Amino acid sequence: MKVSELEALEGITCLQHDFADVEILGGYTSDLLSDVMAHAREQSVLITIQAHKNTVAVASLTGIVAIIFCNNRPVTDDVLEAAGKASVAVFRTPHNQYLTSIAVAQHLGGCPAR
Amino acid sequence: MREEGMEEPLQSSLRVQELIYGLRIGEVMTSRVFAVSRNCTMHDVRVIMKKNAISGVPVVDSKRVVGIVTMNDLMNALEQGRMDDCVTVWMAGEVQTLAEDMPLSFAISAFGKFPFRQFPIVNRKNELVGIITFRNINLALIRELSRQLREMEHKHEHPPDPESLVLVKVYQLHRYDFENGGRASSEIKQFLKQRGIPAKLIRRVAVASYELEINLVAHSIGGMLGFDINRDRIKISSHDRGPGIADVDKAMTEGYSTANEWIRSQGFGAGMGLPNVRRVSDDFAIKSAVGMGTMVQAVIYLNPEEQNESQ
Repeated sequence: MKVSELEALEGITCLQHDFADVEILGGYTSDLLSDVMAHAREQSVLITIQAHKNTVAVASLTGIVAIIFCNNRPVTDDVLEAAGKASVAVFRTPHNQYLTSIAVAQHLGGCPAR
Repeated sequence: MREEGMEEPLQSSLRVQELIYGLRIGEVMTSRVFAVSRNCTMHDVRVIMKKNAISGVPVVDSKRVVGIVTMNDLMNALEQGRMDDCVTVWMAGEVQTLAEDMPLSFAISAFGKFPFRQFPIVNRKNELVGIITFRNINLALIRELSRQLREMEHKHEHPPDPESLVLVKVYQLHRYDFENGGRASSEIKQFLKQRGIPAKLIRRVAVASYELEINLVAHSIGGMLGFDINRDRIKISSHDRGPGIADVDKAMTEGYSTANEWIRSQGFGAGMGLPNVRRVSDDFAIKSAVGMGTMVQAVIYLNPEEQNESQ
């Protein structure tokens, strides 16, 4: 599944299009940035409600290629600008982290859910 | 070129900072320390001070510092003609000591914080091993600065290859400046990427560096993050001016955090920062004293053999 294909998921809107459209290898769901730093894998998508610039910094440093902000959290322009500079895709969804994780996992093919 | 020139004075002051953090009190103090025992008299102290041209003499009881007699105390005793008194009558009993393995910066903050002209230095067993005065600090700074200036002169004559994997860089970080937290880590990541360092190693460096950056911003009153990179290893050092960590073991425990609500709202304060740094580092050291500051050093080796050796 490529980064651009995330937009096909129900409810998801792309807020920052300036990204490298690479293959997504995994996902990580967390609101604690140190936890993300420690455990998220390269080329994965981050599912979180933590909508600020630090999240982008963490994503860019750990090689996360896309962020999905859940529960329709407001995303400010400086966040999008930072993400643009770092070539990290930014999406927003009205769904919570749990439902978003399921949707992403199903598309990645790594989820046993039917 | 011109832009770099403008930053020159700032760089040199950072060098001094790096230097006072890099030196240990034990390397700078006078180890030949003159001390007296409780039953010595003020007269004995006068003889010692005069003979050795010193201005403070610690009082010890089986190597533990129990007091200090300064020139002032001596003059007071002299004025009242009580030079036969025991030192315990005149000494200051509450003595601020410093530990020999603290960074020199701790001694400098102590001189700023207390009115004393010298501090007795103790080892881990709390035994007196030396004494430090401003004179020691001045000499050490001049010696180190000269050495570094010589190095700079040498570098100036033989400029390094711009593509080479050598970098010494220091970033200043300010309290609650989350805006700029991450900038240093991004720049270093970029530097390593351009030089073809494997992604896994870069990631370890990024994790250590970012966590330390965030710690400086979230928990310290301000400090610096230094990078010293050569072909063998990447050394990241974080130094702050305070407040210092009361219980370092606790701070190293995953899940323990002193973060306030605001820090937490920024996505931090999960109590994983320092444990994360230690996990990704080949060598890790932390030193902290309340009121003086915290120093963390993380080393990541680029050469896998050395890495294995150290683990």
